Amino acid sequence: MSIIEVNHLTKYYGKSRGIGDVSFNVEEGEIFGFIGPNGAGKSTTIRLFLSLIYPTKGEAKIFGKDCVKFGPELRQEIGYLPSEVFYYEGMKVLDLLKYSASFYKKDCTKRLHELSDLMELDLKRRISDLSYGNKKKVGIVQGLLHQPKLIVLDEPTAGLDPLMQHKFFNLIREENKRGATVFFSSHILGEVQRLCNRVAIIKEGSVIDLQDIKTLQKDNYKKIRVTATGLDEKSFQVDGVTALQKSNSTVSFFYKGDINVIAKLISSGKISDLTVEDLTLEEIFMHYYE
Amino acid sequence: MMNIYKHEFKAILRTVLIWSASIAALLFVFMSISSTFSKNAVVVSDMLSNFPKQLLIAFGMNQMDFGSVLGYFGLMFLFCQICLAIQAANYGFGLVSIEENEFTADFLLAKPVGRGRIMTSKLLAALTGLTITNLVVWICSFVTLAVFNSGATYETKRLVILLLSILPFQLVFLTVGILISLLVKRVRNVTPFSMGLVFGLYILNIFGDMIGKKSLEVLSPFRHFNPNYIIQNAAYDPLAWISVAAIVISVAGSYFLYNRRNIPSAV
Repeated sequence: MSIIEVNHLTKYYGKSRGIGDVSFNVEEGEIFGFIGPNGAGKSTTIRLFLSLIYPTKGEAKIFGKDCVKFGPELRQEIGYLPSEVFYYEGMKVLDLLKYSASFYKKDCTKRLHELSDLMELDLKRRISDLSYGNKKKVGIVQGLLHQPKLIVLDEPTAGLDPLMQHKFFNLIREENKRGATVFFSSHILGEVQRLCNRVAIIKEGSVIDLQDIKTLQKDNYKKIRVTATGLDEKSFQVDGVTALQKSNSTVSFFYKGDINVIAKLISSGKISDLTVEDLTLEEIFMHYYE
Repeated sequence: MMNIYKHEFKAILRTVLIWSASIAALLFVFMSISSTFSKNAVVVSDMLSNFPKQLLIAFGMNQMDFGSVLGYFGLMFLFCQICLAIQAANYGFGLVSIEENEFTADFLLAKPVGRGRIMTSKLLAALTGLTITNLVVWICSFVTLAVFNSGATYETKRLVILLLSILPFQLVFLTVGILISLLVKRVRNVTPFSMGLVFGLYILNIFGDMIGKKSLEVLSPFRHFNPNYIIQNAAYDPLAWISVAAIVISVAGSYFLYNRRNIPSAV
């Protein structure tokens, strides 16, 4: 079953574009990455899921039901962590978390304390006294305390130190094993690479590619660097080669295609050094945004 | 639904107490000097007659009966009304805009609760706050009139009718405040809006009297619930229906707009 179905979802703010004609599905149990630079429309898409804003055209369905019509019912099972966290400044952390828990039908007390212990959150402090990172932890706890079936994360790691990021990722993996589907928006490719199964790439309000993360890395480009004598870089100008460069006796390029073809070309010289690597997501990403 | 109500009520409780205490203090101070006026009613009237008429109109003192204790109370009640109006307008303009400015709206609206229920809870919380202030005004009015009446008597019925006008009077400012806050793109700061609304409508009311031409002042709640009129007639001005209509339209409009509102994001 598709947990999220997005059909031709479009949002305009007056005349300025939020997103235009976005369609994709998120399947049950997957960790779905949603990557793109700032202003591409990641947050707009997420805010449409939560009915914080309403679509201009198209629709988004969660658990098979329309986001706008069934908003309150659907949000019982959605956990949301926004990119920027803001909470009632005058409240104590525990009071805020209890307030958050009071919206859900199930009893969240036990999970509330488990998560707070895990994230090393001091429940007695006031929200206004918390650092940004600590507010983010409050966000994580309030987003997960009701054990939602769908977890929506909007650039969640900003403000968390590497140790906390690690804990947070483990937590998300655990929630995912428990059965939760995760929608993970980010502009940091490393973390998407570490966590996600599938990834949609969004650029200027449109999804430009949607792939399995392994396919994106493995079946596509290789990064090849050859150091050899008597090598003519012009001989590498064949189909599938891009970003060809030569400095001294080293030739480097990206290659997509039959490995045997390129192996023959490389062996035409006397090789002193050779590296063949998968492209990092960063490099693939840069390719999309050139 | 109770949870939002409780949360919202706690959020305004401090200001409810401050407004209530301020208005109570105002009542006590004004009423404590009432005997000075009533004893020298003739002198005071003579003195006031030397002031420019426009000035008297501006402070609602043009048709005052300083001799009677309720007449004096009516004058002072106008100043209470200004405070009550600012309080109600503050709650109205802040009802949804404060959350949007501090971006806590994202937190609240991502919870499994509909916009309508949020609006209702917030409205009821504000209404509870206003009711507390209302009660304080009632109690202080009866107490001060009992203590500082200088032996004069008054008709309780007229006072009760006057005090009953507080609720609809405040409701106008509360609900119109909400509606305006939803009509504009963003209310960054509540105070200029509520001050603008209250003093705008106050001036609208006295302006007609000042230039001696009746026109737009029929739109002002200060006119609809003019304390002098209520005390003298022991009844409300029929124009008060305009206020009632404004409340109904504002409430309906606010629900309509809030249900369709795009919540601005932090970034």
